[in-house]
Amino acid sequence: MAEVHAEMVANVWKVVVAEGDSVNEGDTLVILESMKMEIPVIAEDSGVVAALKVAEGDVIQEGDLIAVIE
Amino acid sequence: MFESILVANRGEIARRIIRTVKEMGLRAIAVYSEADADLPFVREADEAYLLGPAAPAQSYLDIAKVIEACRATGAQAVHPGYGFLAENPAFARAVIDAGLTWIGPSPEAIERMGDKINARNLMESAGVPVAAGTREPVPDLPGALAAAAEIGYPVMVKAAGGGGGIGMGVARNDDELAKAFQTATRAAERFGGGGEGTGPAILLERYIERARHVEVQILGLADGTVLALGERDCSVQRRHQKVVEESPSPGVTPKLRERMLAAAVRAGETVGFRGAGTVECLVDTDRQDFVFLEMNTRLQVEHPVTELVTGIDLVEQQIRVAAGEPPSFTEVRPAGHAIELRVYAEDPKRFFPGPGKIDVWEEPSGPGVRLDSGYVAGNTVTPFYDPLMAKLCVYGADRDEALTRARAAVAAFRIEGPKQNLPFCAELLDDPAFSSGDYDTGLVARMRS
Repeated sequence: MAEVHAEMVANVWKVVVAEGDSVNEGDTLVILESMKMEIPVIAEDSGVVAALKVAEGDVIQEGDLIAVIE
Repeated sequence: MFESILVANRGEIARRIIRTVKEMGLRAIAVYSEADADLPFVREADEAYLLGPAAPAQSYLDIAKVIEACRATGAQAVHPGYGFLAENPAFARAVIDAGLTWIGPSPEAIERMGDKINARNLMESAGVPVAAGTREPVPDLPGALAAAAEIGYPVMVKAAGGGGGIGMGVARNDDELAKAFQTATRAAERFGGGGEGTGPAILLERYIERARHVEVQILGLADGTVLALGERDCSVQRRHQKVVEESPSPGVTPKLRERMLAAAVRAGETVGFRGAGTVECLVDTDRQDFVFLEMNTRLQVEHPVTELVTGIDLVEQQIRVAAGEPPSFTEVRPAGHAIELRVYAEDPKRFFPGPGKIDVWEEPSGPGVRLDSGYVAGNTVTPFYDPLMAKLCVYGADRDEALTRARAAVAAFRIEGPKQNLPFCAELLDDPAFSSGDYDTGLVARMRS
């Protein structure tokens, strides 16, 4: 199981995957926006999206849990 | 001369403009969003007006609110700074229609240079050299592929109305072009930059590898004369955005400089340019040749390096030109060397943004050091705006002295809280290619490869 956390304060611009989706290493899970820049959040392992904790438009803080990959 | 100026911007540039406005004995009016209420520029203005919530669309980009701020505060003129509404012809018109003085070029000049395709075609017809590229907007991917086949790879893909490097991408083959085209289209739709009704027009241009990005500062006077105030080298870039600039450019010979300055004056004259603007070029140092990239019809972020080598306050000249007055100087005689380092709230390795509360902020000082900053300790750098926290500028009698002062100033600058790129600045100043002056726009990528 791998937890994916936010590396910075950001707005959630786009949620690319849904709970239950299979993802491969390197796939984009969500796209954040901070300081006029799009920042893709990438799956570091292959697996299934067991939990997705953010929705489009959310403001997230550094360290917040974004998703859990199993 | 008008008596009051509203500064329609935020952060370091609002603060810097307010300083000159007050030095000229005029009343400085700031506008701000809820997220910026504690920043120095709000406090240092003679009067400050709350525009609205943090989101730029509901504050700094809301033309009606800024015009209302002018009415409410009795402002007589508007300085737009850079970014936000600075190159929006509809805003310039709204200011003029409200009976106020617009501190900038005419809305027509902004419009003609704002569309990068139009600007390139116009410059080509004026005899200014341009890179091979599309003369019409590229409507779709098949169109882009056909254009790339004609121009030849590598190509640069850009949004015609875009700015600040957002959405730009290099493509070396058809696959990369498909990706770059999508990125540019999305950026054009999201961040806009163009006026109302402009679609996500995309252009393709031949990409010059190992080029330097050199720009010429121009100033269009009230009597119609256009002057060139030397060049700035902006080749130190990450994600096609500038990090460090210097003047003069170590890669430009006196002969090439003369040609570039003459072309920049011609570019300004072609659009009847008034005020401060910048003609951006790509320089092929091997061939000592250049092509026109685009014209910025506003004050540039990196204007301090020109101010340091010329001794001319560019904001003061903008205000004087807008008031129909002659400039404060009689001749342009650049001397010495200046370097600007942009201090961004981003990590120094991957350059990802890292906003946060500023716990420690200790500024460097000393001979030849100028700091244009937007923050003090206790402020918070928020994720709503671009990551520029400060511009650390140094001046020296020559490039070596400027480099020595820059290294000392970077070492003395202490910021804790948000992520910050001072370690990158230190690394750059010690990099053999940068120290020697023999570098190009690929420098940062090579440092990180």
